Amino acid sequence: MKKGILCCFIVFFCGLVYAQQENNDVKKDTTILNEIIVVGQRKLSNYRQEKTLSSIDDYLEKSNKVTMIKRGGYAWEPALNNMNSERLNITIDGMQIFGACTDKMDPITSYVDVSNLDKVSIGSGQSGTENGHNVGGGIDLQLAASKFHGAGLITNVDLGYETNGNYRIRGMDLEYSGQAFFLNFDGIYRKSDNYKAGGDKEVLYSQFEKFNLSLQTGYKLSEHQTLEAHAIYDKATNVGYPALPMDVSLAEALITSITHSFKADSAFIKSLESKLYFNTITHIMDDSQRPEVPIRMDMPGWSDTYGFYSKASIQENKHNISLNLNGFYNRSLAEMTMYPNDPNQSAMFMYTWPDIRTLYSGVYAKDDFQMSNNETLSVSSRLGYHRNKIAEEVGLGSLQIFYPQLKASKSRVLSSFAANYLIKKPQHDVSFGLAYGERAPSVSEGYGFFLFNSFDNYDYIGNPTLANEKAIEANLKANYHKNRFHIGFEASYFHLMDYIIGDIAETLSPMTIGATGVRIYKALSNASIFDVYLNSSYKLSEALAVNATLGYNRGRGSNDENLPLIKPLSFMAEFNYNTPKFNAALQLEANGNQSNYSGFYGEDETPAYGVLNLNFGNLFYMKTNKVVFKYGVENVLDTNYSTFADWNNIPRQGRNVYANLSVVLQ
Amino acid sequence: MKLSNLLPVLMLALFTMACSSSDDQAPLVINEVEGLIKIQEISNSTHTIELFNKSGLFETGFNDISLRLKDKVTDAYIEEASISWMPMMQMPSMQHSCPKSAISKVAGKATLYQGNIIYQMTNTDGSGWSLDLNYTLDGVDYMASDTISVFQSESQNVSSFTGSDDMRYVLALIAPEKPIIGINPMEVGLYKMESMMAFPAVPDYTIKLDPRMPGMGNHSSPNNTDLIFQLADASYQGNLSLTMTGYWVLNLKLINAAGELLKGKDVTVENTQSSLYLELEF
Repeated sequence: MKKGILCCFIVFFCGLVYAQQENNDVKKDTTILNEIIVVGQRKLSNYRQEKTLSSIDDYLEKSNKVTMIKRGGYAWEPALNNMNSERLNITIDGMQIFGACTDKMDPITSYVDVSNLDKVSIGSGQSGTENGHNVGGGIDLQLAASKFHGAGLITNVDLGYETNGNYRIRGMDLEYSGQAFFLNFDGIYRKSDNYKAGGDKEVLYSQFEKFNLSLQTGYKLSEHQTLEAHAIYDKATNVGYPALPMDVSLAEALITSITHSFKADSAFIKSLESKLYFNTITHIMDDSQRPEVPIRMDMPGWSDTYGFYSKASIQENKHNISLNLNGFYNRSLAEMTMYPNDPNQSAMFMYTWPDIRTLYSGVYAKDDFQMSNNETLSVSSRLGYHRNKIAEEVGLGSLQIFYPQLKASKSRVLSSFAANYLIKKPQHDVSFGLAYGERAPSVSEGYGFFLFNSFDNYDYIGNPTLANEKAIEANLKANYHKNRFHIGFEASYFHLMDYIIGDIAETLSPMTIGATGVRIYKALSNASIFDVYLNSSYKLSEALAVNATLGYNRGRGSNDENLPLIKPLSFMAEFNYNTPKFNAALQLEANGNQSNYSGFYGEDETPAYGVLNLNFGNLFYMKTNKVVFKYGVENVLDTNYSTFADWNNIPRQGRNVYANLSVVLQ
Repeated sequence: MKLSNLLPVLMLALFTMACSSSDDQAPLVINEVEGLIKIQEISNSTHTIELFNKSGLFETGFNDISLRLKDKVTDAYIEEASISWMPMMQMPSMQHSCPKSAISKVAGKATLYQGNIIYQMTNTDGSGWSLDLNYTLDGVDYMASDTISVFQSESQNVSSFTGSDDMRYVLALIAPEKPIIGINPMEVGLYKMESMMAFPAVPDYTIKLDPRMPGMGNHSSPNNTDLIFQLADASYQGNLSLTMTGYWVLNLKLINAAGELLKGKDVTVENTQSSLYLELEF
């Protein structure tokens, strides 16, 4: 292993010595500060190339700052800057949507598929507040754009197979586009059996099955105005979670929206887009597949969200102003029913999320001011009103056990400010930013009732009295390019105040059988998270290139404990060969020893690892039809490993041979 | 055409509605026992005494009982009477009574009287108990008596035990009658068996409370309070936290005014249940 890492360093520093340009398939548009991941089944990408039919989760994992927390083979939870769901604002095309699982088994990313999306926009820290408040950043999963390109009927067929887990993927996409009307329908079906970790060890309960259907239609009302309607239906069944004591028999989402957009180049307002949306999620967690449990239980959850946004962009002299007015109303309800082993005793019932209604409305404004030919100053702010209400009287009563003075509703005002200065010269660019942001506690943090966390083996009780969590953030980014060489440096530091995390309540008795104790969400007076990444690439020839990334992260609380789920030293290197019709890549992905693990929050030291991946891609044209064929081997050496982000150290996939085929019929 | 066909139907509907409403209004007094179910009638040659409660059954534990006294001749309910009672359990070798309250007129009602009885035991077939009722009307004493059926409650809501002071006690759950998830006001009656017939309420002790769910690895709940004697109701009152529905064991410890433990044990890993407890299921 050490040799492997040493090798990587050599590759990396070779990259430093030579010189070349950045590969730009993962576009980093520094003026909008957001990292954009292009999602596409039918493109041949050469930079850290993905399996074209892989899940959104796989695409996200290719980003520097995103790590995926895994509880099984499906529905991974994204973390950005070492902060996960509660600290991020994850939206689908600007629409707020909230998972219905109290144990985070259904991150939003699990309810869309690659077939729905064009790209993913990742805004680190306060640069990600366009759609909502956060402290860690924002991830916006952007749906396919309107298609008034008049190309008539296009049919796409996608097929995929992976040997590990006998994973089958089938997809189809029908698109009709005229000059004033378009209709797009796509569907994708995925099914996987249990996957195998390195050494041919089967990981039980890692199976899943899901399908996703999407219908999108648009009509051009006039030259400048369009009206669009979009519906996504996503249904996953029989999803196993090897890292957790329970599985999911159903995770179902309906995501709908109507969008009106106005675009004009000459007017004062360049574009105005307004959307009305509604989404509903049903999530059924159960343990019927597990042969032995201390007690049988069902834990269903529901989440409905109604919302709108209206965003405008205005250009005036050297100012480029974006405005966004948005609001949503969410209802989150989850319950637990346990069936005692003694059949004479009646079932035990409680609300784990006591029908929490969240109302938010806020306004966002951003100005990119072109100070000179190569300097830009960006200033942004979001202000919002946020209110939680416990609608279920039984739920209020149950939380009053812990908080006798508790009132049903609580209101907050949330604010965010960010400033960023960018200087861009032909050979280098540097940007520096300072920001302040706040977030409200999540439903679980505020109102959760005996939520079992299998990570640290504690039951968690929400705390409705929590203050807003606040973050002061500084970031620095620098890039240097010369000839065929590129090197980039990126660092952020977050100083979080009133950092929300569970604190052991010695006197309380756990509810879950076998749990160590109870933790109540409390605020640490502060915590700090630091991350730094160094990227480099060098183009050896027109077709051959090498790139590498080295990253280091650190997180610590004011209680002198390490924060959990902080990425250790990480390294990734890739050799790629790329021509318009063929590409190949050899990747090495490695993490150092997790020496700064957080024993206090249930972590143990994850050892260092390194895995090798080999990918190929071919592009064929047959008359007017296009065929994209991607194939390769992941974890070539069949290493048995787990990473810091694997819940309860479940091992990752062993060797996997895959093939993805996409055909575009025109 | 169609309207004329409908008319008779409408008329008929109106007529029946009118009839039914006049029926409802006739016996005005019935409303005084609305929501209650008749358990039994006990009568003598002159009067009938009707006994009601919410379930229509006598069960072991605390019974909140409503009564009415009817004149057999006039069929009128009597509004001014002084009533007392004596429940009696016939054992093979002896007989004994049980804790009970006095009977008083229900405030705001013309014909309804109320009291409570705590049956601490019964035979499996519900037999063994009888109820004597003594009442005075216009200076004349009357008496009525009959056997009654007392059924075993599904959960243990009453406990009869000997304390470390060698006294016999009866302890019964009065509230919560309908438990909720949350903090429930809890009320317990504690009575000392002074003789076979006398069970006065005991003041000034303390009852320590530790609710547990045996089905959930003896999960407990926070913010329970000790039960303290309240003179006004002659019962012990405190707070009971229930985190979920299901089967709960309310482990108790009885401590006298001098601070001595009379009955009960701390719940620990080894000792999963106190020797003094009540049960609750909802």
